[in-house]
This record gives sequence, C-alpha cells and structure tokens, in this order.
Amino acid sequence: MGNLAVKDITKSYGDHNILHGVNFTVNDGEFVSILGPSGSGKSTLFHLIGGIRLPDSGEIFLEDKQINGQKGSISYTPQSPSLMPWRTVLKNVLLGGEIVGKHDEKRALALIERAGLQGYENAYPHELSGGMKQRVAFVRSLLSPQPLICLDEPFSALDEFTRLEMQKWLMSIWQENKRSILFVTHNIDEAIFLSDRVIVLSQKPATVKREFTIPFERPRHESILLTEEFLDWKKAIYRELSEDV
Amino acid sequence: MKKFMKKGWKPVAVILLLFIIWEVTSKLFEIPGWLLPAPSQILQTGVEGWASYQHHIFSTVQLTIIGFIIGCSVGILIAISLHLVPQLREALYPLIIISQNIPIIVLAPLLVIWFGFGMLPKIIVITLVCFFPIAVSALDGFRQTDHDLKHYMQMAGANKKQIFWKLEWPNALPYVFAGLKISATYSVMGAVISEWLGANKGIGVYMTLASSSFRTDRVFVSIFLVMVLSLLFFAIIILLEKSLIKWKPKGEGN
Repeated sequence: MGNLAVKDITKSYGDHNILHGVNFTVNDGEFVSILGPSGSGKSTLFHLIGGIRLPDSGEIFLEDKQINGQKGSISYTPQSPSLMPWRTVLKNVLLGGEIVGKHDEKRALALIERAGLQGYENAYPHELSGGMKQRVAFVRSLLSPQPLICLDEPFSALDEFTRLEMQKWLMSIWQENKRSILFVTHNIDEAIFLSDRVIVLSQKPATVKREFTIPFERPRHESILLTEEFLDWKKAIYRELSEDV
Repeated sequence: MKKFMKKGWKPVAVILLLFIIWEVTSKLFEIPGWLLPAPSQILQTGVEGWASYQHHIFSTVQLTIIGFIIGCSVGILIAISLHLVPQLREALYPLIIISQNIPIIVLAPLLVIWFGFGMLPKIIVITLVCFFPIAVSALDGFRQTDHDLKHYMQMAGANKKQIFWKLEWPNALPYVFAGLKISATYSVMGAVISEWLGANKGIGVYMTLASSSFRTDRVFVSIFLVMVLSLLFFAIIILLEKSLIKWKPKGEGN
C-alpha cells in the first residue's frame, strides 16, 4: 500500500527542460523529502504525479499500477493551505472523501480533535491562524482515501516557532497513521528532522543528485536538532546542494 | 439598526437639506406648480392620490419581479454556458456587449410591433437590462477561481461537474450578488420604460399620463416611487446576500 515509483521522468515546457530523467521511490509508510533549490521543478513533479500534466517520457507507478495522467490517485496539499473559504473546518476536511463519494464524519471529528482543533469544527477558514489552517489541510489529506500524501512546502509560510510545533505535530500524527508521505521543502533542517530519506534535486533541468537515508530513531525529539550527528548530515546535504551554484 | 443610525444619518441629513433648499427657493421665487412643484406639494399629492395610483404600484412591482427573475436566470445561464464552453465564450462575448449598446428606447416600440402589447415585450426589455451585469460579474467570478484550489480538486480526482459546483460556483457567488444588486435597481427602471410603450397599468403609465397633462407634481410622485422601489429591491438583495454568504470575514465588502 502506498508505494510510489518514479521512473526516468522527463518534462519540458517549450525550450525549458524542467525535469531530466528523475528516478526515485517512496516505500509503503515511508516519509520521503525532496529537497532542491527553488525553481527546480518540484511543483512540476507534483503536477505529474497528480496526473494533471503528462510527462514527456518516463513512468509513474503507484502500488505497481501506472498512473501517468491519472487524476485522483494521490492526496495533494498545495503550498497555501487551499481551504475553501465558504466551507467550515469540518466540511473542508470531508472534501477529499466527498469527491469520491465517501463520508466518515466520525473519523473526521476524531482527527480534528487530535489536531487540537476541537471547538473549531464549524469555524470558517478566515477565523483560523496560519498554523491552524495548515493542520486542517493536513487532516483533509489524512481523511482522503488515497494511499500517498503529497505535501508541497506546507510550512514555508509559517514563522520559526509555529513551524517547529507543526513539524512535531506532523510527525506524531504520521506515526499513528503510517501513511506514505512525499514532502517537498527547501529547508534542510526540516527535511532531516522529518524524513526517513532525503532526495536532493539538482538545478534545472532537475535530476536526482543524491539520496540520503536519515538514521535517527523514531519517535524523534527536537533535541536531535542540536546534536553533532544532525549537523554532519546537514553539512553533507548542504555541500551536495551548493555544488551546483 | 443602531449601526444604521450611526452611519445612516449623513445621507439622510443631506437629503433633508436638499429638500429644505428646494422648498424655500420654490416658495421664495414663486415657481409655478406645473414647472417645478415644491416638495410639500408633491408630498400632499402623494398622500392624497394614494388611492388613485396604488394599483399602478402593484402592477409595476409584479412586472419588475417577474422580469428580474427571468432576466437574472438568463444572465446566470448565459454565464454558466459561456464559462463551461470556451468556444461559445469567444463567439458570443462580443455579441453580449453589443446587446448593451442598443438604445432600449428605440428598441422598445419595435418589440411592441413584433410581440404586441402583452407581457412578452415588457419582459424582453427588463431581461435586456438585467442579464448583462449578472452575466459579466458571474463570468468574472468563475474565472477568478484560485489556481491552487483548482489543482487540489483536479488531483483529488474531481470531475468537471464537481469542480464547478463545489469550487467555481460558490467562488462566484459574491460576484453574482454584486451583479444582482445592479440588476435589481435597473429592473425597476426597465419595468417603467416598458410600461411607457403601452400598458393600461403601472407607474410608467401613471408617469406618462401625468406629464402629458402637465401634472408635474404627479410626475415627481412617480419618480420618488421608482426610487423607493429600487432601494427596496436593493435592500432585499443585500439581505439575501447576508443570509447566504456567511463565510466572508467581517468588515470586508461592507
């Protein structure tokens, strides 16, 4: 369940070669981050996996089925929380299931409570803070029936303190639910802290430069952020990223 | 109500002041009633003549409501079909704009020649003035849909119908109401114009009868009736909007 394989994906828009032979996998229940300089085609990658664009060549497999151009196979959360302003928190969270005709209000309420949003079920998005909106968006992803969750820089708009809180919250929720997550970020600390594996992309046209398997045990505590080992990983990844520039 | 008292006193004060100036000058310069009646005289005619014109009001209100509903439905249907079929939009959008350049005053008598003195030509006139603001603003609303939300819906596997009803329609609703407000005030004017053409009842009829017999006070009564009706329709639309769109942050758009 939930294993993704991206094989030799190439995509260009006109003369712009965006992705060039990208290969990687996400195993079942794994947390994988994609790290790359901005403008390295991370969003394009999501559009391809999400099926709203077709790759020029290459194949994408989810649970061993080819999903090139097939919409509805992943649960995607864009950079902005993208909640519908006219829906309450509860209705927003139920949207993913609603599209495929499923309705599980009990589980939705339970997850809203787990996200620390009890009492806000009937609030509208404009009444929530940035961090709360992100939590709602993530609960929506968890409730969606798709096996793979794709998060596109979900915490980039948050301040440093909220961000750490959200990262810890995301990890604890993920550990309870064990869904496969593909996480795009340009923050090295965030990638190391959260992921089982970090995939480093190169500048345009993007290819996979290197993969790092992060060995920290779970559950992870924020204190590892200051350890020597963490810093070594950060240096290694930083070197890999800066070689391009 | 308190809020209205706080905000509403300024325009009320201005209107009162204008009436006072009007009253005083018409008394001072002894302007004859058939040229420009004083507000007090208009008020008197309005009160005394109630029995003679109230059936006209009822008829105009009825015509306005029917015309407004048909006009708005046409506007929304046009917006939806132009939005869902882009080729249609390219082909018809210029035509819709041209339709607004036809002088209604010229077209109206023709409509009577074609369709007689019944309801139909009147409804066509009101529809012509009503559909445009709604169609244009609804189309705008459909197109202003957030790209991230649309990508989200597409990747979640939503079909075209779901994207329209769950995303584009609710997104366009505030825009539709902006159009409805304009159309609501236009529709009263449209109804009066259509009654000029040939009707046996209506504020338009009362107005033409009054002006051809130099009863300027009655002309003003009918002008004020049109204003009050327009404001009334406008207020109804605002009430509807407030009860339907509760998700807007407070203080926005007020």
